[in-house]
Amino acid sequence: MSAISLTSLETLVASIPDGALLAVPKDTSGVAMAATRALVRRGVRNLHLVCVPTSGLQADLLIGAGAVAVVETSAITLGEFGTAPCFNAALRNRSLHILDATCPAIYAALQAAEKGIPFIPLRGMIGTDVLRHRADWKVIDNPFVAGDPIVVLPAIRPDVALFHARCADREGNVFIGKEREVLLMAHAAKTTLVTVEEIVEGNLLADPARGGAVLPAIYVSAIAIAKRGAWPLAFADQYPMDDAAITRYMTMARSAEGIAQFLAEWDGGVQAAA
Amino acid sequence: MSEASGTELLVAVIARLLQGCAHVAVGASSPIPGAGALLARLQSGGAMRVTVLGSQKNNFFTSGGVELFDLAAQGRIDAFFLGGGQIDGQANINLVGTGDYPDTPVRWPGSFGSAYLYFLIPRVILFREEHTRRVMVPKVDFISAPGVSDAGVHRPGGPHALLTGLGLFSFDRARCRFRLDSVHPGHSVEEIRDNTGFEFDCPAHVPSTPAPDASTLAAIRNRIRGDIAETYPQFAARLAAA
Repeated sequence: MSAISLTSLETLVASIPDGALLAVPKDTSGVAMAATRALVRRGVRNLHLVCVPTSGLQADLLIGAGAVAVVETSAITLGEFGTAPCFNAALRNRSLHILDATCPAIYAALQAAEKGIPFIPLRGMIGTDVLRHRADWKVIDNPFVAGDPIVVLPAIRPDVALFHARCADREGNVFIGKEREVLLMAHAAKTTLVTVEEIVEGNLLADPARGGAVLPAIYVSAIAIAKRGAWPLAFADQYPMDDAAITRYMTMARSAEGIAQFLAEWDGGVQAAA
Repeated sequence: MSEASGTELLVAVIARLLQGCAHVAVGASSPIPGAGALLARLQSGGAMRVTVLGSQKNNFFTSGGVELFDLAAQGRIDAFFLGGGQIDGQANINLVGTGDYPDTPVRWPGSFGSAYLYFLIPRVILFREEHTRRVMVPKVDFISAPGVSDAGVHRPGGPHALLTGLGLFSFDRARCRFRLDSVHPGHSVEEIRDNTGFEFDCPAHVPSTPAPDASTLAAIRNRIRGDIAETYPQFAARLAAA
């Protein structure tokens, strides 16, 4: 690999410092769960987690492991498995600062960072308690048309964007398919860390049929191979959600000991599945 | 053919509420609205476009999650569905939690796109099967999205109807009030009053929600059940068992 280094999961997550502003994608867009486990194992602390624009198991696990100080999100849910246990517990005991948002606000704030501009206007939100509790969001008058109040949001520029993708080439180009959230995250973030199912031969950008669905290497800081790296979440058309593993998480996540035990079992599960 | 189940009735009502729409979008975790939208598309003879988030077959987006919101702001989505842990008589919805935020004794997932889409999509249908005083409250504890806005706020969108497991309400934006339009078979106006924490308009005679006709019911049980199974297999299985 000429452009960027192919590295181990441990080395990949070592470049996420304590206190980092870390952006992660929603459950269906390629969640780097194997890297998340490695991050928890290295004992990361005080993360400011930005969910793009929602999260589930990943955010809940990081919160349960005591790794998160602030979470900015439009929702955290385990879907049909129920409400996120560690997220809810952390809010109850006030160990987590929540910045409630709405999905398009998180996208728009990342788009501002993508453009290198300090803020961005967005419709809606006026009169909501979401806006009322966000001291960092403001309402201005449309400078071009009088009598048109509009919300402005500061740019979100993550220190790190972290996600899982299908494959990368040896130049460091990453195939993302239709999952454009991760493209936006990478454009906005200072550094981007990616785990992939596999490395492919040839240059992904050279293929006109695939080139438009590629994150170019210029945005990518490091790549690690993680087979079944989104497990136990589903990943694209590659593998379905492991319902049994998530059900087990829901029962174990009620205590810190349970979280630790789940993480230990998780290692075994990944090895068995690989 | 057996009579329509409660779920099948809701699917048929949703399809009726969507008549005339060119593009209907359905959010995450919304199997009944999804089935209703797919039924409306079938009934439109293919004139209606339906986007089901979480679906591969019924989702043409190629710009990620942001595309839904950009389309909404441009007026390219005619109808959408929102719910709420709490809904009040001014059609304010709360998807965040009970109590004095951020100290929420009961915390729900969060506002998702509601704080934006409610403002921009003309025909928002509030859908919540549970119809109790726990949900239908006098005043929501947290406004994820308000039913109406002050004059001067850009607001092409808003609430059109509230559909629950007991009945169907329409919403009058000028008067900021719900009106009970129909009561589902097997339920009564008294039962709805007893289970609603807010005031609403109620005509002297409230009709029964019309059951789907035989051809609609057949469409739900055959075509729609198959279509929705792609996104919601467990829901489709329950629909078959009902």
